[in-house]
Amino acid sequence: MNDGRYSRQELFAPIGKKGQQSIEQKHAVIIGAGALGSSMAETLVRAGVGAVSIVDRDYVEHSNLNRQQLYTELDADNSTAKAAAAEARLLDINRHADIKAVVGEVDPSLLESFLPADIIIDALDNFETRMLVNDFACRQQIPFVYGACVGSYGLTYTILPGDTPCLHCLMEDIPMDGETCDTAGIIAPAVQMVSAHQAAEALKLLSGNEKDLRRTLLSFDVWKNEHRTMNLDKLKKQDCTSCGTKADYPYLQWESRSSLETLCGRDAVQIRPAKTAEASLGRLKEQHERLVRKSNSHLLVMEWEEKRIVLFADGRAIIHGETDKAKARKIYHQIVGG
Amino acid sequence: MKLTINGEEQQIPETVESVEQLLAHFNVAHKKSVVEKNGEILTKPEQKESLLNENDRLEIVHFVGGG
Repeated sequence: MNDGRYSRQELFAPIGKKGQQSIEQKHAVIIGAGALGSSMAETLVRAGVGAVSIVDRDYVEHSNLNRQQLYTELDADNSTAKAAAAEARLLDINRHADIKAVVGEVDPSLLESFLPADIIIDALDNFETRMLVNDFACRQQIPFVYGACVGSYGLTYTILPGDTPCLHCLMEDIPMDGETCDTAGIIAPAVQMVSAHQAAEALKLLSGNEKDLRRTLLSFDVWKNEHRTMNLDKLKKQDCTSCGTKADYPYLQWESRSSLETLCGRDAVQIRPAKTAEASLGRLKEQHERLVRKSNSHLLVMEWEEKRIVLFADGRAIIHGETDKAKARKIYHQIVGG
Repeated sequence: MKLTINGEEQQIPETVESVEQLLAHFNVAHKKSVVEKNGEILTKPEQKESLLNENDRLEIVHFVGGG
């Protein structure tokens, strides 16, 4: 393509024409299409990354619109699945991009379906899935760019399997008590700051400029005016079960994952059935006609006993207005059966 | 004891002797964090063993999950 759309990026000496050609042949996988995922996807698609895959399990709500830049009021009105809304917007931005968008959960087989991949971008909102993706990236030796934010705070670290420490080296196990957007809120500048640093690292990697990678943990608070970097090389563990010499990738054992989670930023619980059986949305829509408030090809929104229940075609449900996991499970069984 | 924590001078009770105890003192021991003391990153065992001295400079960074 020669419409000059990448000319300014090519004029940037470290990228140049050669770097741009390299970028256009690369495949970036973005895990999550919330705030960070929206921003990352837009930046990489505008930059001309040849193929971009993106996965998300959620749908657009009005409370997303302060920071999730790919989405519009119409998407929120229609409860459009985020990955579907993202795909449409990304193709509006760059029709030449090869976009693969998946509405669903991240699991090892989905990650396999994205191979071969040149980089994996962390745009997740929970540690459980992050550790799974970390294991996958380590096993496949694919650079993995961690990024996270809450409130006015954010941090990012580029994991190079076999070289830098991985998330498992740094965290040892899944943190159960991190702050979330649920408790501390989130402002868009914190998102954009993390995303900007993740995107810069991605462009360095994809244009063949690995030597320019930051190689430090960067953290900041845009409200308290703080900024720091730390070199974490010393924290790499030779015996790490995710990236060490005898790695067995514990978080890729899908069965070990819980099937109930409270969701970041929500007064809600997500339920995933133990065995993945696709729900027939059509059948459930007929069955619960009086309860159905909205429906589209990806999901069904129902109201029942002051709870809002969103049921996805892959069998998952999000129960809003409920944070008690046992009660959420009961509601799920009452509505869906199983 | 006077310490500089994330760029801010703070008075810490003398009963807080190690980096691990300092994290407990701030009620952040349960969070995943990395700690640098006087420019040196500390491993988990070192956080336990590393004793605090007057005027030490500490940087504490917490991991978060949102995004």
